[in-house]
Amino acid sequence: MGYGAYVPIYRLEASEVNRVWGGVGVPVEEKSVVAPDEDTVTISVEAAKQAVKRSGIDPSEIGAVYVGTESKPYAVKPSGTIVAEAIGATPSVSTADYEFACKAGTEAMQNCIALVGSGMHRYAMAIGADTAQGRPADALEYTAACGGAAFIFAERSDDTVAYVEASYSYVTDTPDFWRRSKEMYPRHGNRFTGAPAYFKHIQGASKRLLAETGYKPEDFDYAVFHQPNTKFPIRVGRGLGFTMDQIDPGLVAPRIGNTYAGSTPVGLAATLDIAEPGDKIFAVSYGSGSGSDAFVFTVQEALPGKRGGPKLASFIERKKYVDYATYLRFRGQIIQ
Amino acid sequence: MRKVAVAGVGLVKVSEHWEKAIWGLFAEAALQAMKDAGTGDVDSLYVGNMSGSLMQDQLNMGALMADAVARPGLHAVRVEAGSASGGVAFHEAVKAVASGYSDCALVAGVEKMSDVLPEVAAKSLVMEEEQEYSAYTGVTKAGLSAMLHRLYMELYAEPSEVGMMAVQSHENAVGCRHAQYPFRMSIERAMDSPMEADPIHMMECAGVGDGAAAVVLVPADAGGVEVAATAVATDYCSLAMRDDPLTLGAVQKAAEKAYRMAEVKPGDIDLVEVHDDYTINGVLSLESLGLVEAGKAAKLVAEGGAARDGMIPTNAFGGLKARGNPLGATGVYQVAEVALQLRGAAGDHQVEGAEVGLAQNMGGLGSTCAVTILRRLGP
Amino acid sequence: MCCDHSEEAGAMSVPRYWREEVPRYRLLGEECTGCGTRFFPARPVCTVCGSTEFKDYKLAETGEVVTWTVIRNPPMGFEKYRPYVVALLELDDGVRLLSQVVDVDPEEVQAGMRVEAVFRRVKEDGSAGIIQYGYKFRPVVE
Repeated sequence: MGYGAYVPIYRLEASEVNRVWGGVGVPVEEKSVVAPDEDTVTISVEAAKQAVKRSGIDPSEIGAVYVGTESKPYAVKPSGTIVAEAIGATPSVSTADYEFACKAGTEAMQNCIALVGSGMHRYAMAIGADTAQGRPADALEYTAACGGAAFIFAERSDDTVAYVEASYSYVTDTPDFWRRSKEMYPRHGNRFTGAPAYFKHIQGASKRLLAETGYKPEDFDYAVFHQPNTKFPIRVGRGLGFTMDQIDPGLVAPRIGNTYAGSTPVGLAATLDIAEPGDKIFAVSYGSGSGSDAFVFTVQEALPGKRGGPKLASFIERKKYVDYATYLRFRGQIIQ
Repeated sequence: MRKVAVAGVGLVKVSEHWEKAIWGLFAEAALQAMKDAGTGDVDSLYVGNMSGSLMQDQLNMGALMADAVARPGLHAVRVEAGSASGGVAFHEAVKAVASGYSDCALVAGVEKMSDVLPEVAAKSLVMEEEQEYSAYTGVTKAGLSAMLHRLYMELYAEPSEVGMMAVQSHENAVGCRHAQYPFRMSIERAMDSPMEADPIHMMECAGVGDGAAAVVLVPADAGGVEVAATAVATDYCSLAMRDDPLTLGAVQKAAEKAYRMAEVKPGDIDLVEVHDDYTINGVLSLESLGLVEAGKAAKLVAEGGAARDGMIPTNAFGGLKARGNPLGATGVYQVAEVALQLRGAAGDHQVEGAEVGLAQNMGGLGSTCAVTILRRLGP
Repeated sequence: MCCDHSEEAGAMSVPRYWREEVPRYRLLGEECTGCGTRFFPARPVCTVCGSTEFKDYKLAETGEVVTWTVIRNPPMGFEKYRPYVVALLELDDGVRLLSQVVDVDPEEVQAGMRVEAVFRRVKEDGSAGIIQYGYKFRPVVE
């Protein structure tokens, strides 16, 4: 019915990380960094407000607000209640926070589809957002970034901007990346996060969904994959038979990094910003632990008239660089 | 209502009084004032104190101070009106004597800021503002005045002209025994100092200090220093509610009431103590008191008009900037200093021929203002 | 230098915070039913006509800077954000309010600058107390 996306203004370049730690990697050019007064809740509110505005609906009719994240500000107290209050969805609303590493946002989407599909709620909002924390000197420090996107689901009508043709979730217990509750930073299995994790689950979900729907890669105009860095989504997409033309528009990681639970949702928002009625979008997330949610969206006539206001590109272009020390300060990683 | 006069004053040097507790500081000023008045026969006591509940965890200060000066039993109360606590406490004491309720009132302002970290002192300043929509923005007291300072500079004056308010206050404080900073400060020093809240420089801001000042009030007879008027007024707390941010409505209203009560005009005022916790506040106070035309005060001060021999002798002992600003005590320091002037007892700080003096004390961003006019009586 | 005094600053009272959530989160003020004057925050008595009857009024979310300052010595609890800009804003519906201006370097701020409301953290009570959110404004993103 409506969607919104947000990325904070600050950027840390990979070259700046290398300057400090003496490394040479450039898994992404630069990543987005929250200001000290931003967090997953504030990002979620920005994306949600944009989604509500574009949808044209009365927010009090939203029956569910689900925030998927792995950086919720409170361990116990849902981010969703704050977002719901901020957008005026309270009190007739259900909220809960979802956790499934980087696919928490698309998990929320699956559940919103179910809520609307079952007739339980007229509108349901799913948000994927994160302010991912990178362990200093770790490979993931280059890419752990901040951002999010929100999607309001409704029964398909002439007012909806895209409809869900099908979705499929593929999940196994695969401990490739995790964080214990009292730890500040996650741990990961390095190369194990590749083939047995990211690739296996995205491929598993993609192939099954394609098989069940009967679609082939060439039937799609856009293909959005979870983007932990620049290379992985390209490799998995091409491996499945998609082309760079299909993958590139939704590939924002090179310029903003990996927004974790925001990653696929933000990529999806990027394609919605430019897609035309009739376009088909193939979107597959990946969350460590592990699993993938795959979706087929078809864009409707209403989309071009319901994406006013700043597009994701405006937020990506809007940037101020910070040095590494300022980055640590903003992320609260300096011991005082 | 009978006329009231200042019978005695007491002033403690503004400083960091590590060894003195708040009641000890109070007692020192009170005893000085009673000695100066030649009487200890006080029947009411008013304490001007702003932050004792935050800084000393102390409530019920009226009783505590009556206890401290060994006069339990008398009417005693603490008066709080932010930084205007001293001036408003003075007002209450005057009313007690004027009404006949009290025949001899002791009013003393006291503050012990050195008991807390500077951050806590800064917190107490912003506690004078509305908390949920002004203080919640993270603004400081300096920050609020800074916004006025910026507007004033756009329209009327150079930064250094407003800064001269602090330079003049320091000039006046040289040699003053009770001043916190009795030394000259150049405009260069002020303008080179780091920004406190742009565009206000640190050296344009009054410091943090401990102090106590006391006044004994009695029914007026033929001589002495008469309290010609004392008035209190308020204004909207938030800057966002002010039609003209550069007009301090509370100051204007309190001054109008006071001029009317004293039956004087602004031109009759021979010397003034203004609330220069920030240079811009001193400048705007001169204008809102009707002593200088709107937009002209900074230039007047910069040209020497506020010197002791100038057009509007201002802050003759250094004002808040140089004599010091121990919050709740400040208003009483101002009144005591005006009284000394009118007695001809100001020594090197004397404004010649002073007959009528005005003290102006503000709380919040000019949301509370107490204006006192004293007049020399008799031969 | 400022260290983090958010714990010693004194925890925000939960009821006090909760009470202002909706006005702060949604920029919800009031409009006097007697004379139409709009207020933010809401107040019990209209300053123009004295009425005590109001209806909810949602403020405009865009406006411009009237005047501003840069806070260099923050109050307790705000240390980690310094330096930051606090401004007097006039919204497009004529209502004025005080607010921080974020996502901007202090030197870039100008009178008349166009700004829009955003939802941000204001402060938190140490690492164990509640997180306080509220409105701030940023230069308009087109």
